Parts: sequence; structure tokens; C-alpha cells
Amino acid sequence: MANVFAFVETRGSDIRKVGLEAVTAARQLADKFNSEVHALILGPPGIAAKAAQLGQHGADVVIVVEHAALVNYNPEVVTANAAERIKSGGYRAAVFSTSAQGRDLAPRVAARLGVSVVTDVLSVEVEGDSIVVRHPMNIGKVIATIVISGSPAVIAMRPNVIAPAQNAKAGRVENAQPAIDPAAARVKVIETKQGGGGKLDLAEAPVVIAGGRGLKAAENFKLVEDLASAFGNAAVGATRAVTDDGWRPHADQIGQTGRLVSPELYIAVGISGAVQHLAGMRTSKTIVAVNKDKDAPIFKVADYGIVGDVFEVIPALTEAVREAKKHH
Amino acid sequence: MKIAVCVKRVPDMDVRFRIATDNVSVDEAGLKFDINDFDAWAVEAALQLRDKNAGSEVTVISLGPDVVQETIRKALSMGVDRGVQLKTDKVPFDGFAIAKTLSEELKTGSYDLIFFGKMSPDTSSGVVGPMTAELLGLPCVSAISSLEIADGKGTAKRELEGAQEIVEFPLPAVLTVDEGLNTARLPSLKGIMAAKKKPLEVKPAQIPAPQLTVRKLELPAERKAGRVVGEGAAAVPELVRLLQTEAKVL
Repeated sequence: MANVFAFVETRGSDIRKVGLEAVTAARQLADKFNSEVHALILGPPGIAAKAAQLGQHGADVVIVVEHAALVNYNPEVVTANAAERIKSGGYRAAVFSTSAQGRDLAPRVAARLGVSVVTDVLSVEVEGDSIVVRHPMNIGKVIATIVISGSPAVIAMRPNVIAPAQNAKAGRVENAQPAIDPAAARVKVIETKQGGGGKLDLAEAPVVIAGGRGLKAAENFKLVEDLASAFGNAAVGATRAVTDDGWRPHADQIGQTGRLVSPELYIAVGISGAVQHLAGMRTSKTIVAVNKDKDAPIFKVADYGIVGDVFEVIPALTEAVREAKKHH
Repeated sequence: MKIAVCVKRVPDMDVRFRIATDNVSVDEAGLKFDINDFDAWAVEAALQLRDKNAGSEVTVISLGPDVVQETIRKALSMGVDRGVQLKTDKVPFDGFAIAKTLSEELKTGSYDLIFFGKMSPDTSSGVVGPMTAELLGLPCVSAISSLEIADGKGTAKRELEGAQEIVEFPLPAVLTVDEGLNTARLPSLKGIMAAKKKPLEVKPAQIPAPQLTVRKLELPAERKAGRVVGEGAAAVPELVRLLQTEAKVL
């Protein structure tokens, strides 16, 4: 039976949305094979209680590995557990996420299994014996259709391209042990610094507000943060010019060398729209741009633009969004 | 310390790409090529370590046809000591086939550190570094934005989504480099002259059969032309109305 494996990403003692997306993508594949989804989750004690919900997203079996040392991502333990499970389970496909963790994990697991991997997968199809995926190349300016001939087919989904599905089935939970002793891992995470209290992740946030040089100074990012908090479900990003100047950390950079985002709504604040930046946000569903230069290239990709001073427009927009949210 | 850096020749992305008549490759006519930015930062990191550790040597390795010698020479002109071209007519899309090929070469070098860029913009996969580390059985830290090496062990920072990890690792190790680690030096005139005399070894590449095949390439659908809602704060109510009723995102 061609069962499908899904890796469920955690951060601390929480399941990440990309983990639910991986289970959903695996469910879609398993439905075509008429087979089961087996989801693997590793985390600190207590993660098992949260793992039960994975059944609702399409997992038939949930394999839980709990260990106090797994509060941080331990690449060697996670790679060993995933590779051993995939090998012993004889899966036809294994689904990961193209998150910071998934970009590290999926290629390691695939290499250990002696197969290839496709990252940043936009869609998956089954054609006869082959699994066929779409993958962006050349910073999203070219889309490749790739035929995977190896088995298992290892793929890592791009975040936000698939909505976590709900079906009211309960997954069967199995407990497992770390495949290697976490204390014996050669690479050790000695510290995880959270960036800002409860800040939403750029790749997962349904709304992204990004600021550029048009904000004129680091402290003016407050305008962007205020607008983000008015939405309540928004993350804050920046252009490369801004991160190079040290106004924001490099991790916030959206663009060719930074993060790729495709939220429901992207608001570009004082961003001219250099090709480097567009590469990171072009696939957003709705794009809004506010810029004082009516000829700025950002207006060519923006669904809705306002030509004007960001210091007048953004506070007004923040107020209006707050009002609109109140009436919901 | 013996350090290797794997580098790739990539096209400048600031263009409108065309698909070649074979439908599975990008038309290279008129494209400008250079060393991948992430790989240039990896070269810079290697050079800084070499200069701090007397008796060290940096080797740069590139897979591809003879044009990759330009990329290798660029690294040599930045200060790298020697170059290796793994010669093949065509670099496959399959990162695992590339990692296999590179790992066979790297195995022979007993390197203390092996650097990669975290990804290249052309294939946009970012898998070769971690795959090579697995094939070599070495510890790996991917997408580092800071690095310190002392007493046979390293400390690096990785940027996660909304967080940072500080990671410790023993040597030998494989590292992949993210933006923010450093600023790559430009080759000096003296460096360019010196690079001409540095050793560049050409070896035939033994590439295994790929498991991934590109069936076709396409240009993504263009976004429909945007519209300007209005000017200044006065346009805000109309924008909010459109976000609520048309885009349905508010």
C-alpha cells in the first residue's frame, strides 16, 4: 500500500501551521493512492496532547516522539527519526515544509534515503507511476514542472499554498523514542532568541505589511507596526535597503536573497518595488502599495495603489482598519 | 585549516527570462553570469578564517562546463588559493545528483570546513549543502548569519522565522551561508593578476543518473495591471471599501 508520510513541524511546544499544511498535502496524495497518511511529530513532553488534532487534518496515524531535549529543533535527531520511519514504513511519498527548519531537514532526510528532494513545491499531481510537482525557479520568474522518478518522492511544500483541511477523523496515536540520543547530537542549539513577543511569522501570516526607504528612518517603522497591530493577523517585513541599513534585522527582509511570502494581503509602505523585492512578494494574493512617486514600479504589480505621503496615508489607513475590525 | 567552498555560476536575475526552444531550459542569450551572491559570501567567510589561521588553505570547487572557470577565477582573484573544476557539459537540476558528485571530490580533500551558499537563485532549491553533509556524514549548520571558530569548534547563528538560533558544532563540518554573514570583498587588480597563475585543476565529473526531470518551464501568469485608487489620505476610505468588498481581505 502506497502510504504517504508527513512531517509536522513544531516550535517549542506548539505545532506550526506549515505542519498542518504538510498533513493536508499528504492527505491529498494519499486520497489519490487510496492509502493512509502517517504523520511524524517530535517535541517536548506535552506535544502528544496537541498531536491528536492532526487526525482532523487528515492523518490516519500520528507518530509522536516526546523528549525534554526536543524543545529546540535538533537536526540530527529529527533527521534520524524521519529517515528511519520513512525507510521502515515503505512510503510512496514524504511531505515536508519549506520553512527555515524544513529547508534544513528535507534535503538531509532525502540524502539519507538516497533520493532527491524538491523544495518550494507549489502543487502536486499523481500521473500514473510518477509524482509531478511545480517549483519556482529564477526567483519565481520561471515555473518548472518536475517529474520525480525516485521513490519515496520527497517534497517540501511552500508555506501558504495549501489551506489546512479539516475532516472530522481522529488519528491513531503511536508513541516512539528518539532514534538517537539527543545528548549525543554533534550540532547543538544552545539558545533560541524569540524576535519580539508573539510576533507572527512572515511566511505564515495572512497579512504582511512591509516598509521601505520611503519611511526615512528606523523609528518610523512604528507606523508599519501600528498598521500590523490594527490588522491583528499581520507580520512586519522590510526591503533589503532597510535591512542593509540596519533599520530592521536581516530575517525580516523580503526579496530575492531574503524571505519569500505569499499572504492574502501584502501592503507595501514606501517601497519603490525593485525587482529584488518583487521576487519575494509577487505571488501575494492582493497587493496594496502606498508611495509618493506615482511612477514607482511597485504600482505595476499593486492591485490597489495610493499615491501619497506614507506619513499621512498610513496613520489614516491604520485608523480605518481599526474601525473596520471593530464592526466585525 | 583546510577549507573548501563550492561555488556556482548563475545568471543575473534582473532580466525578463525567455524559455529556450527545448521548453526545458532558459534561453541564455544575452544573460550576464557571475558567482552566486551566497557563494561569494561563503568565499569571503573562508578567506577571513584562512587569514586568521596561519598555514590555512582555501580551495574553490565548481561543477560545470568550461565557462565555470571564469567563476573559479573570480574566487581566485578574491584570494582563494586553488580551484577545481568538475567538468560536465550540463549541470543537472537534481540537487542530489550534484551533491553526490561534489561529495566524491570533497571526500578526497580531508577538509576541516566545507562552505556552500545557502541556495542559488537559478534552481532556487537550496538543497546541495545539507545533502552533501549527509553524504559525507558530517555535522551541518545551514543558513548561518554569524560564525566564530575557536579550538576545533564553531558557534553560528541561524535566522528562523521570527527567531534566531545559536548553534554549536564540532569540526570538520559543512556550513551554508545566508545573507548578513559578511560583505564579499571585490577582487583587487593585484588579485586579478595573481589569479592567472594560481592552480586550476580540471577533473571529469561523475554525475549519477538524476531522479528529477524537468518536463517543462513556463513563465508565470502576469499580474493583472493594478490601479491607483487615489491620492493621499483622502483615498483611504475607497481603499478600505475595495479591500472589504472586492478583495475580501478585511
